[in-house]
Amino acid sequence: MSAIVRRLKELKNYPSAIFGLSIIGFLLVLSIYTVIAIPYSQATKLWRGADQIWIENPRFARPVFFDWFTPKKLARTIIVDSKNNPAAKIVERHEKDVEIRIILEFEFPYDEFPTEINLFMNTKLPDSNMYGTFYWETPDGRKISLKRGSIKARDSYEMSQDTALRRRLTGKDAHIGLFSKPSNQDDGAPLKGKYKLIIEALSFKPDDDLDARLVVYGTVHGIAGTDHLRRDLRVALFWGAPIALIFGLLAAVGTAVLTMLIAATGAWYRGVVDGMIQRITEIRMILPTLIILIMIGMFYSRSIWVILGTVILLGVFGSGIKIYRAMFLQVREMPYIEAAQAYGSSGSRIIFRYMAPRIIPMLIPTFVIEVPAFVFLEATLAFLGISDPVIPTWGKILYDAQSRGALYMGQYYWVVIPSTFLIITGLGFSMLGFALDRIFNPRLRRM
Amino acid sequence: MNDNEKIQRSNLKRILRYFLIRIIIMAITLVIGVYVVILVANMGGAVDNIRKSQIREAIGTSLLGDEVYRMMKPEEKREYVKMLEEVEFKRLGLDQPFAIRSFLYLKQALTLNLGNAERLTSDTGSRQVRLIILERLAPTLVLMMTAFLILFFVALTFALFLSRRYGSFFDKMIIALAPLSAAPAWFYGIFLILLFAAVLKLLPFGGMVRVPPPDNNLEYFLSLLRHLVLPVSSVLLSSIFISTYNWRTYFLIYSSEDYVEMAKAKGLSSAMIERRYVLRPTMPAIVTSFALSLIAQWMGSITLETVFNWPGLGRRIYEAINNFDSPVIIGANVIYAYLLAITVLVLDVIYAILDPRVKVGAGGVRQ
Repeated sequence: MSAIVRRLKELKNYPSAIFGLSIIGFLLVLSIYTVIAIPYSQATKLWRGADQIWIENPRFARPVFFDWFTPKKLARTIIVDSKNNPAAKIVERHEKDVEIRIILEFEFPYDEFPTEINLFMNTKLPDSNMYGTFYWETPDGRKISLKRGSIKARDSYEMSQDTALRRRLTGKDAHIGLFSKPSNQDDGAPLKGKYKLIIEALSFKPDDDLDARLVVYGTVHGIAGTDHLRRDLRVALFWGAPIALIFGLLAAVGTAVLTMLIAATGAWYRGVVDGMIQRITEIRMILPTLIILIMIGMFYSRSIWVILGTVILLGVFGSGIKIYRAMFLQVREMPYIEAAQAYGSSGSRIIFRYMAPRIIPMLIPTFVIEVPAFVFLEATLAFLGISDPVIPTWGKILYDAQSRGALYMGQYYWVVIPSTFLIITGLGFSMLGFALDRIFNPRLRRM
Repeated sequence: MNDNEKIQRSNLKRILRYFLIRIIIMAITLVIGVYVVILVANMGGAVDNIRKSQIREAIGTSLLGDEVYRMMKPEEKREYVKMLEEVEFKRLGLDQPFAIRSFLYLKQALTLNLGNAERLTSDTGSRQVRLIILERLAPTLVLMMTAFLILFFVALTFALFLSRRYGSFFDKMIIALAPLSAAPAWFYGIFLILLFAAVLKLLPFGGMVRVPPPDNNLEYFLSLLRHLVLPVSSVLLSSIFISTYNWRTYFLIYSSEDYVEMAKAKGLSSAMIERRYVLRPTMPAIVTSFALSLIAQWMGSITLETVFNWPGLGRRIYEAINNFDSPVIIGANVIYAYLLAITVLVLDVIYAILDPRVKVGAGGVRQ
């Protein structure tokens, strides 16, 4: 054991190992932070997006840091709520009716048009039926009539989908038309300044009340952007780290240890046992791993644990078994094994206590190098649509992005950010693994 | 001369016998492999359900125009359909225990006689699984074979080049780049599409030829080449560094052997030393390592074709997953088992030609 520790200390002489270790350290810290900050139950709930949790997020928004690389000021989401701003609302109560006037005022300082405008309204009484008139006032004083109509208890007005309004705005969508400069000085950029949305509502129930929330959706959001369902990609990006680490490490350790033990068993007992193991390895070689996993995912279960178990089972009789077997055949002939046999130790004792520990130094680099393969295997399965339905992962973001043609639509952030996380994880483990390989396999070090 | 001929003839005999044994072993392996696939698939009852629902569908269609059936009462109808189903199950042997049934499925799977797909149709409109899968085989072979051949020769050339310049800048660069091979081909595919298709607009996003396909053969070929550039590059990016790194290490190990020193002392040209004393004994090891990477690449073709919208087997599998089409997935398993078995066999043959031990008679029982 101390020999292993001594060799591990050599790692500090390899810059690539230090780089790899710092990446792994970063992923560990990120994983621990994620598990504490966004607990599992909350993460799955957020990712499912139930109860319109994400309704105030824009669709397909880029991450906020895109702002740093462009001289333009990218549009962020503006939310104005009459509840937080009592001065915005004037209520005049009469004997038989009530008149409510809400003015939602906001500053628009951006160089880009917003992507959508929604107005959410709540009345106080559940069965009220108000009548409302909606106006829009631009900074240069133009007043645009939006619509007239009844307001239900929980109502929303999606201005960008209002076709009548689009006609009035000379064919422009509301989020562009309402922010454009007057037609004689239109230069394709939005008009900056103070905008107002005015709601004049009338209800024949005197104790009724109305609250309105205007959401002007921007083009950037959060540190990771959002997807087609307005979900904040941060959730999946952060949760991807612990999932990738757990899946990669468990699969790599499980496969490496079991493969080694099976190879040792074969080398020790020889004969029929060895022959069987060899034949199974050959059959395993022509089994298409990925499609078998797809089959398991489709016919049995998509739970990440079932997939992990199958991955280990299929990996156990992989190509590694021949390499280990060759090593064990040498170990088997060593005098200390003969000594163990002489004092009467059983076959399993020799395998576990004497043969396996001998190979562990070779095992360490192999399993570190194998980790990225399993991380990417999980991403590949998710990318093909075979993934645990509740857990957000990096592969799942890529699946969503790919199936909605993100690259074609120019939503590069959606692909690049999860990919960067994947490649960084892969590089971290494989750089460390290559350095370990040179330390533990001196033949390579001489080369 | 006569002796020489005799030796050659006996060599040929040995090699042929070796191939025959390998082919038989591979066939047995393949049968067992496909049987395992059937067992796994039917553990969830998938194969049984597919068969039964297809029989029910066939009976339902055949009764559509049946006047007598239409006049029956609902109960009689149900009885009648049940009777027909039972007869059909019995005729096809589906009433037998699974142990016997599984061999029936095995035979059907090996001949790719997998019945009809649930939702997918082939490009010619057929619903037969065999057609749906086989019509996509050629594009996959074109893509993967191009990639494999380029990968093999480029990596081999680089590895030889680097083994001569041990410790040089390029050598260190390959060592530093080797960890990049941790990512699979499709992953690089995404980046290449982003760079060359989306940003630079130099190459197409995907597909095999431009739409509509050119009539002229030469133009068709050129369009195919243009569409091949990105997918083949992604396979190369994901494998070339690690292959070059590994093979260079083999070359370095073999070029420090005594007989190489001896050849140098004899004053042979370095090209001859390389060809005769370094490349030759390293080849079996290289072929083995290449075989393992090929097997991984075959699996990678599923995602690679999905990313590049390449109309091959992999893309079909992706469509089958999204349509939940079980017969196609089982069929894909079988066809990939065939592809892997053929790959292993071909490389075995190459191995036998390269490894002198097979020629001198140690063949047949290679450990």
